[in-house]
Amino acid sequence: MLRFEYLRPATLSELFEQLQHYGPTARILAGGTDLLVRLQHASNGVVPVPTGNGGQELNQVRAVIDIKRLEEIPASIRREKQHLIIGARAVMTDIAGQSDVQKFFPALVDAVRVVGSIQIRNRATIAGNICNASPAADTIPALLAFDAVVVLRGPSGERRVPLRDFFLGPGRTVRETAEVVISVELPLPVVAVGSAFGRVTRRKGVDLATINLACALYENGRALFGYGAVGPTPILAVDESGRLCDPSVGDPEREEHLAKLIERATPISDVRSGEDYRRAMLLTMTRRIHRTALDALVTSQKGES
Amino acid sequence: MSAPGVSISIHVNGETHSISVQPHHTLLQVLRYDLGLTGSKKCCGEGECGACTVILDGRAVNSCLMLAAEADGSNIVTVEGLERDGQLSAVQRAFLDRGGVQCGFCTPGMIMAAEYLLMNNPHPSEEEIREGLSGNLCRCTGYQGIVEAVQEAAGEKQS
Amino acid sequence: MSKTKPEELKGQVVGSPIHRVGGAERVTGRQRYVADILIPNMLHAKLVKLDCAHAKIRSIDISDAMKVSGVHAVFTGDDLPRPLVRFGPIHQDRPLMAVEETRFHGEPVAIVVADTIDAAEEAAALVHVDYEVLPAVFTVEGALDPEAPLVQDPVTRPEGRFQKTNILDEYHFGWGDVDSVTADLVIENDYFFPMVTQFAIEPFAFMAAPERDVMTVWSAVQNPNFLQKVIARSLGRPLSKVRVIAPDPGGGFGGKQHAKFEPLLAFAAQKLGRGIRLELSLAESFQAVRRTAVRVKARSGFSSEGKFLFQDLKADFLIGAYADITPRIVQKSSYAAAGPYKVGSVRTVSRALLSHTMPSTAFRGFGVPQFNWAVENQIDLASRELGIDPVEIRLRNLPEHGEHFLPDDPAADGQWDQVLRKAAKAIGWGTPVGKNRGRGISMGIKMSATTAASYSIVRLHQDGSATVMAGTSDMGQGARTIFSQIVAQELHTPVENVNVVMGDTASVPFDLQTTASRSSVYMGTAILRACKDVQRQLKEAVARKYGSGDPELCEGYFKAGTREITFTQILDDLFGGVSGEVIGVGSARAEKRRNHPLGGHTVFFEVVCSAVELEVDPETGETIIHKLVTAGDVGKALNPQHVQMQDDGAAIMGLGHAVMEHYIFDDNGKLKNSSALDYRIPTSKDIPRKIESLLVENEDGPGPYGSKGVAESGLLTIASAVGIAVHNATGVFFQELPLTPERIWRAIANKKRD
Repeated sequence: MLRFEYLRPATLSELFEQLQHYGPTARILAGGTDLLVRLQHASNGVVPVPTGNGGQELNQVRAVIDIKRLEEIPASIRREKQHLIIGARAVMTDIAGQSDVQKFFPALVDAVRVVGSIQIRNRATIAGNICNASPAADTIPALLAFDAVVVLRGPSGERRVPLRDFFLGPGRTVRETAEVVISVELPLPVVAVGSAFGRVTRRKGVDLATINLACALYENGRALFGYGAVGPTPILAVDESGRLCDPSVGDPEREEHLAKLIERATPISDVRSGEDYRRAMLLTMTRRIHRTALDALVTSQKGES
Repeated sequence: MSAPGVSISIHVNGETHSISVQPHHTLLQVLRYDLGLTGSKKCCGEGECGACTVILDGRAVNSCLMLAAEADGSNIVTVEGLERDGQLSAVQRAFLDRGGVQCGFCTPGMIMAAEYLLMNNPHPSEEEIREGLSGNLCRCTGYQGIVEAVQEAAGEKQS
Repeated sequence: MSKTKPEELKGQVVGSPIHRVGGAERVTGRQRYVADILIPNMLHAKLVKLDCAHAKIRSIDISDAMKVSGVHAVFTGDDLPRPLVRFGPIHQDRPLMAVEETRFHGEPVAIVVADTIDAAEEAAALVHVDYEVLPAVFTVEGALDPEAPLVQDPVTRPEGRFQKTNILDEYHFGWGDVDSVTADLVIENDYFFPMVTQFAIEPFAFMAAPERDVMTVWSAVQNPNFLQKVIARSLGRPLSKVRVIAPDPGGGFGGKQHAKFEPLLAFAAQKLGRGIRLELSLAESFQAVRRTAVRVKARSGFSSEGKFLFQDLKADFLIGAYADITPRIVQKSSYAAAGPYKVGSVRTVSRALLSHTMPSTAFRGFGVPQFNWAVENQIDLASRELGIDPVEIRLRNLPEHGEHFLPDDPAADGQWDQVLRKAAKAIGWGTPVGKNRGRGISMGIKMSATTAASYSIVRLHQDGSATVMAGTSDMGQGARTIFSQIVAQELHTPVENVNVVMGDTASVPFDLQTTASRSSVYMGTAILRACKDVQRQLKEAVARKYGSGDPELCEGYFKAGTREITFTQILDDLFGGVSGEVIGVGSARAEKRRNHPLGGHTVFFEVVCSAVELEVDPETGETIIHKLVTAGDVGKALNPQHVQMQDDGAAIMGLGHAVMEHYIFDDNGKLKNSSALDYRIPTSKDIPRKIESLLVENEDGPGPYGSKGVAESGLLTIASAVGIAVHNATGVFFQELPLTPERIWRAIANKKRD
């Protein structure tokens, strides 16, 4: 494990001070389920050994800042006017178990339930999942499909960034060094919606996704599909033709629209999977979750909940 | 060259410990080596195997994925804290009855995960049990004996 | 070897599923594994390794590392005494750490010793190694390439035609004349079984401390006496001045049989005159051991009636950089590679190929799963071609009980058709199977130990309780329980009154090894004989005291004339005045047979049949295992629950090999998936919907009460059964493992295209 200072600010202004002081050598600690693994890897097992001519350096982490006692960062999940606000300190277990999330965002519930294990979900936060910005993060496709907005706060105030604009690359987001995510907001649907989540893994038990995806089909014709692990950042594909939200549309036309959704995906081969498999699963799973979501939309339109 | 310690107060199995810990030491490390509670095990050290599972403030967590400093003020139950007056818990007894233990290394973490499962879901289905234990790896038993043990502990004996 | 007659059981202790001895300790967290033994004033060690498989070390600069506060020493290859000590159970080819050259990713180039683990880690990161990465060999083709670098220096290899190659050795087995056989059907295919690893949940951990003039080493080693020998040799000490304390392993599976870093640690401890502890991470444990990977070129000949006319097998075993126990693995598995069948002619040519990878070592199955993957697939293909049911074709070739099928070994010692029929029935063989579903069935055989040396001491205390000292390693298979049961039965005392002492070469007599599923038989026999020795001494005491000629031993008492003298009574007679105890000694040995290809007959055959029914999602390649059944020929289940647990666990381990486990290396031979996430083993969500472990018990084994060994059989045939089932479900035939969803998908997609 690397060596660092442990800080636990009691107020946001203290936090901002610390973030500004340590700059890029600070790491925010919420659930810790990603951060601690990275800290271990920096000196676990194979100790990276610099060559005699002064080669690579170990990662510089000088401060780990624990935000879990910051009351100004909500830990709750609550409705406020037309939004569901998921506090940055809310853990996955609570998010999946909250009644509004279950009612309005079932695809998110399914996504949250496959993040790690129960032990992980008792600590991990959605805010952390987002800020970690792994292209394979399980919650992001569903959040994208539900038009999530990230609320950030920093020394100069608050700003809101649509999740679709939040990612810059693997592990990189628009969050400034001295900013912290306060909450993630999901607009409550005003029309009927059907949603679904899907994932391909190498085993049925705990696993990282080979690919993951989610969709939300709205009665007003908007279809949003979020994809993970098929590009340097998670991808949002939108189809506003209405053809994907209409059960009467025939197979060939629907296939055409579905194929268009995945055009921007750039899957690669890595230790988990080959590129051709990812590509094939992308289409197969898109079809499957679309069918599930469409059924859910129809059911919802009939007024059954 | 070690950083100054962080003072914490943790309540483990009903006892309070006010200690100074290194910022970078995990809760698992502190439980095992500072407090001598070696029941919780280190296997993967990165939250993939569950061997380090403890119950912290009522939730099952991987103690290898927490800095000890984070646990300041928390209530922790480890496998050593399950026995009451020399009596094994229902889960512990069931693991012995139903072949849920072989080498025993995964057992403490597995039992804590099972206790947590039954705390929140006293009558789980077989599917829910498999789901509830899926954060704990075992290489010896093949899980069948463990699932049956949890069923027995839940009072749902299946032949 | 005499055995207690099964009738003597009378439904008592042996044969009942009593609780695991040591179970209470394990469920309460009181069980002390090596890393749980906290000894004050121990120093901490950390290994320094390079980030590649094969490198030439130019220089190592430890000056920065030595400046870290709390560091006592940094030892490198230069510090090792010359001539260099090398160790290994068969070829002594492995140095204590890398000297001038590293040969696998994970081989240490230095060891740091410090007051705290923090200081050791910090210092280890400051050891500067100037090295040159060299091309590495890590495939069969790579090892055989004439241009390939040599893994071992020819100067250290025995003279012979392989000295300047990466072929460690070549073995020939067989009988008859394969080339002269005309077969109605010949099937020829190549098969590949990849590198997989034991992944015991307990990573490796060791301690070494010079205590007075005895070097004490703690290691969860399966063969403590063997390690004692290695340490003694490497330190130049007599055996009596080396003590190995072997706490129960948290899983072994063969990976903890042989020395790894204990000699290095002992060397450092001796140099510093201090105790040192070393805990390896899981990643480091992955970098330390694995199974041999094997490529089998199989040519099999059949008659139109399905008789197995010949098996012509060429196997290349990809072993690691050092031989470890692999020559034995190659030998034993090649010997019975053709399976539990009467095969007309067999020719098996096997080679062990060195590579720049971690030493492959013993792993449950010992080479058999790799051959089984090939041979059972061949038989299945033949059954398809010939239109003969797969169960039927095997029945036509199984030997009967008492029939010879291997020229140099005892006859078949079980009713193996029962094993096959039992599994077939349990899987519902012959009943219709649903869409996208398939069933597979396969059989396998493993040779057990061919030599043995087990000793036991049983002490009957004056209050009737007993202590048994037996050097077996209980790594979860339940040896402690079995031994307690035997002693309880023989000395008529409750199991709770029996204390089993294991894992300490200073006080426990010699045991050759815990391997090859042999302990129930050999150590069980040694314990039984020690108990008989105690009984004999009691009997003599009764005869002396009560003046009767020949007292009769009954259950817990002696009959002398008309009197009945209980054990309690005679113990009181003996020790009521001046205390004492009765000490019984027993042993079981089997010597080497010079003319036998394996050095001796197997003491029993481990025979098993597995059957599986699964479903494949053709669009994603994912499989659902609906049912998995294994049936084993166990002789007598000394503890039925323990046997079942072993079989269940072995089956799931086999399932892991079949569908998800494999080491992935990069282009430089570096291990890429050394984490619990990326090296996947089955979780509770990956197990079959239904699993059944069945036993065939005909009390026809050589062990106590007619038992044989179990522990490995459950794994042997899983991969082949699964592969055959997937073939039946998808129409695609697989030659390489694991059958991941991606590979199944790709094979189906390719088949559709063709």
